[in-house]
Amino acid sequence: MNAVAPAATPARSAPNRLSRLIGSTIGLKLVMAVTGVILSGFVLGHMAGNLKIFEGTEAMASYARLLRFEPALLWLVRLVLLASVVLHIVAWLQLFKRNQEARPKAYRQTTRKEADYASLTMRFSGPFLLLFIIYHLGHLTTGTFHPNFKELDPYHNLVTGLRVLPVAVFYLLAMAALALHLWHGVWSLFQTLGAAQSKQASFARGFATIFTLVVVLGFAAVPLSIMLGIVK
Amino acid sequence: MGGTGSDQTMNLTLNVWRQKNRRAEGEFVTYEAKDINPDMSFLEMLDVVNEHLISRGEEPIAFDHDCREGICGQCGIVINGSPHGPRGATTTCQLHMRSFHNGDVLTLEPWRANAFPVIKDLMVDRGAFDRIVAAGGFITAPTGNAPEANSVPVPKENADLAMDAAACIGCGACVAACPNASAMLFVAAKASHLNLLPQGQPERSRRVLGMVERMDGEGFGGCTNHGECEAACPKEISIKFIARMNRDHHKASLLRIFS
Ligand code: HEM
Ligand code: FES
Repeated sequence: MNAVAPAATPARSAPNRLSRLIGSTIGLKLVMAVTGVILSGFVLGHMAGNLKIFEGTEAMASYARLLRFEPALLWLVRLVLLASVVLHIVAWLQLFKRNQEARPKAYRQTTRKEADYASLTMRFSGPFLLLFIIYHLGHLTTGTFHPNFKELDPYHNLVTGLRVLPVAVFYLLAMAALALHLWHGVWSLFQTLGAAQSKQASFARGFATIFTLVVVLGFAAVPLSIMLGIVK
Repeated sequence: MGGTGSDQTMNLTLNVWRQKNRRAEGEFVTYEAKDINPDMSFLEMLDVVNEHLISRGEEPIAFDHDCREGICGQCGIVINGSPHGPRGATTTCQLHMRSFHNGDVLTLEPWRANAFPVIKDLMVDRGAFDRIVAAGGFITAPTGNAPEANSVPVPKENADLAMDAAACIGCGACVAACPNASAMLFVAAKASHLNLLPQGQPERSRRVLGMVERMDGEGFGGCTNHGECEAACPKEISIKFIARMNRDHHKASLLRIFS
């Protein structure tokens, strides 16, 4: 009774063909993976830069000046990051809607066999990271949420900012969310980009684990050292 | 698999999804399954329950089945939240009651997905899978006498991979297990087994684009790489095939954009 659907009809224009890629569930996931690569690369670089704090005030300040050396370049990077975050979220919202609609009636009972805590909480770790990114930019980039902000003195801003216990705890919680997000996300993007991997044991799984540990421990070292008074 | 050799029978409580037809609301109804032989298959246990229901003048529980040998892909029940039950690499028809314990309470549900409407009770309409295959899961070859074996050389590695993918029996457990009711594992298996072989090459791009477009059109969800599908698959088809399909789809889409 069911009519046979016609095979993919040729699309006429290139933009139309692009929109058909982006509109598919695989294309939307590709957008998440590509923006995920950009954002993951950024967090790695950002973490490495933060470690300058252990070299003292001057090293941190010259690092900050280096970033502002070419304003056009700085804004280009900021624009790419902003676009990545926006596209990452927009693609996810599209997928989320489809995924919800795909199972209108829930099971009474579900038994999970292979999904893990990180994969099942991506939809919470992600929005938590968004909340953190907004707070973090207002805290240490613009100084809006910082009680004692000094322009171009990142060492001072960091140390006085993170000496406040609730703030430091919030930063550490955000790093926990980042750990979960990266541990599943970095493994997952290999799969999405098309590198066949197994979930339990594979290069991608090992890479994701090491990448997550390096990024998150590197980031967390800063608020921890300030809390413990190692960096004053 | 031999029997248990045990004379001990089991009594179970079943909470079964009953739904008169596609439009009906549906609800759980509780039944007692008494004096069940542990060497019965799960479907034979349901046959026993149904005999009792029929003798009492009640409507038997409708469920799909055909070969009862684990090869046709017709059967499938979500048992306590697991499609095809608790054992790995096993279809519902090949699941035996010795996998359960006397006194167990089992919840029996149909595959739940927008793209698989319930026909009745535990039976769903998997026509969406047929329409996906019709959208590219075949080769357009002239029929006639079977060609000489080995006249088309196939690398051993590809032959093995294609065989692994071709093991898919289309039961739909992957969709049932996926938190997003995604059909990616099924489509990946059906696309890959042809895309891995020389005979599948001419229609390679058209195949993956057509099948994925149909898959999306049928209302299946997207893949979030949880891996629940491969854990539920009675043929142990790996999610590596999903990565392979992603790659084929990216390539075909780029070719389409720039051609
Ligand atoms: C530090 C910033 C972030 C990084 C490094 C990051 C990285 C990633 C990566 C690598 C993936 C995997 C993509 C794939 O499977 O192919 C991913 C998935 C995901 N991201 Fe992010 N992300 C970030 C921020 C966010 C934000 C702000 C949100 C939401 C508000 C978000 C929500 C999600 C969700 C829900 C997924 C799962 C998507 C799926 O599995 O389909 N992420 N992320
Ligand atoms: S009835 Fe054929 S596979 Fe179970």
